[in-house]
Amino acid sequence: MAKPEPLLVCENLTLGYEGKAVVSGLSFSVSEGDYLCVMGENGSGKSTLLKTILKLQAPLSGRITVGGANKSAFGYLPQQTASQRDFPASVREIVRSGCLGRCGLRPRYGKAEKELAEENMRKLGVAPYAGRCFRELSGGLQRRALLARALCAAQRALLLDEPASGLDPEATREMYALIAGLNAAGTTVIMVSHDIAASLEYVSHVLHIGLQKTLFFGAKDEYAASGVARAGAAAGGAKA
Amino acid sequence: MTEVLYKLASYITGHAFVRHALIVTVLVALCASLLGVTLVLKRFSFIGDGLSHVAFGAAAVAAALNLTNNMLLVLPFTVMCAILLLRVGRHSKIKGDAALALCSVSALGIGYLIMNRFSVSSNVSGDVCSSLFGSTSILTLSAGDVWLCAALSFAVIAVFLLFYHKIFAVTFDEDFAVAAGVPAKTYNLILAVATAVVIVFAMRLVGALLVSALVVFPALSAMRVFKSFKSVTVCSVVVAVVCAVFGILFSIAAGTPVGSTIVAVDIAGFLVLGATGFIVRRFRPS
Repeated sequence: MAKPEPLLVCENLTLGYEGKAVVSGLSFSVSEGDYLCVMGENGSGKSTLLKTILKLQAPLSGRITVGGANKSAFGYLPQQTASQRDFPASVREIVRSGCLGRCGLRPRYGKAEKELAEENMRKLGVAPYAGRCFRELSGGLQRRALLARALCAAQRALLLDEPASGLDPEATREMYALIAGLNAAGTTVIMVSHDIAASLEYVSHVLHIGLQKTLFFGAKDEYAASGVARAGAAAGGAKA
Repeated sequence: MTEVLYKLASYITGHAFVRHALIVTVLVALCASLLGVTLVLKRFSFIGDGLSHVAFGAAAVAAALNLTNNMLLVLPFTVMCAILLLRVGRHSKIKGDAALALCSVSALGIGYLIMNRFSVSSNVSGDVCSSLFGSTSILTLSAGDVWLCAALSFAVIAVFLLFYHKIFAVTFDEDFAVAAGVPAKTYNLILAVATAVVIVFAMRLVGALLVSALVVFPALSAMRVFKSFKSVTVCSVVVAVVCAVFGILFSIAAGTPVGSTIVAVDIAGFLVLGATGFIVRRFRPS
């Protein structure tokens, strides 16, 4: 089987805020259909990496090349921001807003976009809540609604920032299973998580960021055999 | 009661300036409430107040320079400030509310200073008072003013309808919108320009200090009862127009100042919808 063309290549990236580097020397690549998990301690630059890939902020140095055919949109699941909590919006309005990247200058959603939104709400089990107010749903349903929105926008890949943050163990398991299902159906996933044990079950590749440098990048099996994983698991075990 | 209604009807049919005032009030209230929903949710509730102070400062400079048409200076300057606040605000070191306070206080202070030192008018404090609280200038509008206001209002409404979904996305979650390929900066720019235009015109209706009410009250009232962006927007427009019409008719009938009467009616509307929301939540079968 020919190796697929990489979707995203990061070369020697240095990330940080206001000239201060948080992490440097990041090099990795993601191919179509991959499920990459980005791990590391709090403050190691995981979320910053996602934001840099999304061009929400510029890298201090290094290069990001986004390949692939005529697709220009990422589906992003951010960590919840405060402003969303009292926002009057129905689940349907929010999920549909994921289709806006496909609309271009058209002022209204077309039939295809509306159907895509309904389909993704069904996939993630939030269809029965489509008309409900977003802020009145449980945390688990809110995360799923936001994931449905991200899926509408994910023409290139899904970028998930702590998809299970704030969820109870049951909802966390369901969330990881859902994401694995989406990946199995062909969606490329890049996920940030500090929950090593739970996320390792499904991923194909691992990028482990340590303080200031890359500790590991490669396939999951190699990661499990490396010392980094044991150290991480020990740290994770100690935390739990 | 019928006597009052009869009197109002005769005012409206008999006097062009009353009709002008009514048309302009409805248009300005409509535009302010459309943008108000987004501004309140973006945590820019005080932008009406802040930008109107900026406009006051610019008007003071225009007066000192003896410009015959001060809009030539006021509008570009206010638009510039709005762009600075709404576009740059999010990632700058001085955040939204602080940046707004900074602009507003500076413009007010410098504006009054300039007015005091260089004004050609003999009644400086009267000028300041009327530009801050709104005078009866709404009752002295010319047909030209009405046409200009109508044109700008329709432009603002058209922009809002055309970009409704994008404005929703950029307000709800700007980072996501950028990631999904929506040029959020462009839409924030459009929003900033529309906001500045509406505020500069609304200033002449209720005066600088009361512009905030037109932006904030209808949106907040609607949010007491409704829970989707669309229903909140529609309700906010309805509340704004009804309150503005009631307010202006009441002020004509009772001879009270137009601006403060409209705000009083807005407060009443807020209380009524607040109570409605409370009752609905309390007794809704769930």
